[in-house]
Parts: sequence; C-alpha cells; structure tokens
Amino acid sequence: MKIQILGTGCAKCKKLAKNAEAAAQELRLDYELTKVTEMQEIAGFGVLMTPALAIDGQVKLAGKVPSVKDLKGLLSA
Amino acid sequence: MNHQTNEDMTTEGTAPRSFLSKYLGLKIGLFLIAWFLLYRQLLPLARFLSYDLIGLQPESHLGSAVEFFLYDTPKVLMLLVLVVFGVGVLRSFITPELTRKILSGRRESTGNVLAALLGVVTPFCSCSAVPLFIGFVTAGIPLGITFSFLISAPMVNEIALVLLFGLLGWKVAALYFITGILIATIAGWTIGRLKLENHVEDWVREIQVNQAAMPDNRQSWEDRTRFGIEAVQDIVGRVWLYVVIGILIGAAIHGFVPENFMAGIMGKSAWWSVPVSVLIGIPMYTNAAGIIPVVEALLGKGAALGTVLAFMMSVIALSFPEMVILRKVLKPRLIATFIAVVGTGILIVGYLFNLII
Repeated sequence: MKIQILGTGCAKCKKLAKNAEAAAQELRLDYELTKVTEMQEIAGFGVLMTPALAIDGQVKLAGKVPSVKDLKGLLSA
Repeated sequence: MNHQTNEDMTTEGTAPRSFLSKYLGLKIGLFLIAWFLLYRQLLPLARFLSYDLIGLQPESHLGSAVEFFLYDTPKVLMLLVLVVFGVGVLRSFITPELTRKILSGRRESTGNVLAALLGVVTPFCSCSAVPLFIGFVTAGIPLGITFSFLISAPMVNEIALVLLFGLLGWKVAALYFITGILIATIAGWTIGRLKLENHVEDWVREIQVNQAAMPDNRQSWEDRTRFGIEAVQDIVGRVWLYVVIGILIGAAIHGFVPENFMAGIMGKSAWWSVPVSVLIGIPMYTNAAGIIPVVEALLGKGAALGTVLAFMMSVIALSFPEMVILRKVLKPRLIATFIAVVGTGILIVGYLFNLII
C-alpha cells in the first residue's frame, strides 16, 4: 500500500504523517509512506487544502488531521 | 516511538461514539445555559477579585489595569469558544470544494461579492493558500473572484469578529465585517479588470490536474459536533496565548498610559497617521487575537477609529509570510498589484471612518 502525505511541511502535515504512520503500524500493513512536499505535485492531486492523504494515488482526505483510530478505519477500508 | 503513539491517541481523545451521540441536543443545550450563566457573572467576579480579594483601589492605575485583565481575558476566551464551535459546525458543511463549485461559472461582480462572503465561512489557512489558488484558477474561476476570496478569507474571520465584539461592541464588529467584505469585493474586482492573468506563474497554467478530489462530505450531526469541538481545541488552543498577551499589553496601556496620549500620533488631526499605520502593519505579523486587545486600549487613549481599523486590517490582511507563500504562484508584478490595491482599500476605509465618526 502506498500512503502519500501531501503538504508543504506545516505542523498539521507532520501530525498527519505521524498519525498515519502509527495507524499503519498498528494495522501491521505492508506500506510505504512518502511525503509530497513539492507544490506542483500537490496541486496535481487536485486538493484544495493541505494536509491531504492519498492511498495508492487516490486522495482520501484533505484539510483534516484525523485521530489514529479514524485513520485506521480509513486505511483498512 | 510506541509511547508517543499511545499518547497521541489519548490526547486526540475523540470521545467514544456512544457518549457524545446520546442526547446530543440536550448536551449542547446544557452547555449553552452553563455558558450564559457563567458569562453573566464575569464582571462582578472580576471586580470582586481585584478590589475585595486583592484589595486594590478602584480608581488606582493598577486597580483598573487588573480589573481590565481579569474581566476581558475570560470574557474573550469564552466568546471565542462559543463562536469557534458554532463556526466549526457550520464549516463542516462548507468545504473549499463546495465553495469552488458555487463560484465556478459565476460572472464577475456578483461572483466577487459571493467570493468575499464565502471567504468568511470556508475553512482556510494561509498554508493552503497555494493549492486553493491553483484549484480555483484551474476550475476556471476568474482571477479577480479568486482574489476576492483570498483577501476576505484571512481578514474577515470569526476570531477578529469575536474580539471586536467582545472588546469594542457590536457596532465596530459590524463595521469591520462590512468594510472587510467591501474591500475584498472591490479589490478583487479591480484586479480582475487589470487583466493580469499572464502574471500568474506559468507552471500554474500548465498544470495537469489528474483527479478532481472531492472527498465525501456526508456526516452525521455527531461528526459535525465533533468537528466543532476539534475546531475549538485547535483554534482556541493556538490563539489563547496571543489573547492573554494582547490583553496584558492592553491592560498596561489602560492603566498606565496617560489619557489622550495617542491623540497626537494616531488621532484624527494627524492626517499622515493612516498611511503610516498601514505601512507599519504590513511587515507586522500577528493574528487578530493578539492585535485587537492592544487596539482597544489605544482607542481608549485618543487614537482615531479609522486609523486603528486601517492598522488592524493591514496587520491581518497584508502579511509578509502570506506574500512569500503566494509568490510561488504569482509573479512579482501581480503581488505588488495585490498589495497596492488592498492597501488602497484599507487607506480609504481608514480615512472614511476618521471623517464620519
């Protein structure tokens, strides 16, 4: 599973990356987490708010930092 | 690492689903009643604390400063909690994607007004200004309408309005709201007329948007309530310190700066004070929460309302960090135009209020 965190490095982006990491670990997923910080690339995803999270290239949430619990739900769906 | 994860889960602490959802309406009702009862007791409480408990003299400098601090701090923080919660719930309905949908296909003028109004309620943070700008422009929303949104979103927000209402009364808050919307509308419209589309960075126009990300926004009332609570934790958690420091400085000005001290510098008679206030405001970067308590105290010392409003708008709307962020998508000439047009709008507002009030 490819998890991408879209954001230019604001506090919320770091928090989302940390929560997503924790959620993926708790689910024992086989994942690869990358941070997309280049503005051009973020814009290409079509998101209007950062931070955003994409799973296998599909944007799943934008402008929010859900809890680890909610992220687990999102990642296991 | 493991320890950190656990901590995160508890501090994020979304209450178990069943707890919040049971009697949701009743809980919100009880919260509101408790809020109003407490709010009404704040002034007597502050007086009791400063004059009876600490034993200061009501007429003394220190006494009035302490009372001002003890009354205004909880008052503003309580107002913030209430309003940020309400706006948070409202914002769970209005996503930036929805705003874009409403604005695309609008003609200018009505589109400018709408964009300025939507800027107030759409969730926005300056770190998202660039993706939002690109998302709007690639959706075919005219540049001027996009700017109306980008001007109003940071300038006219619930935090500024709450602080103005709490410290200066509803008339000044309403005045700020109306003039802020007017500036955003007219400045955006003007930028649209100047035909500066080719001063957007080239890569923005060439960008290929691979997908229209439209996250699902169907939520229960419980989710929306939680969204409101999270907004309170996030926003009030971030600005409370600014509020306290701002009120502390304000209290010091209240108690110790002589009456009419500001009249010569920021009063009506000093015509140059409006442009100087705007210029000083641009590099200054603080949020509404920090600047308004200071502004309130300055007004009490003879500063003119127009000058003070101009200063405040300039601090909030024309911030240096936001220009740096926007520089990624705008060429220098468009940035300069943006600052000039908005700055002129603020100047006019400043002079107008000094003239009529």
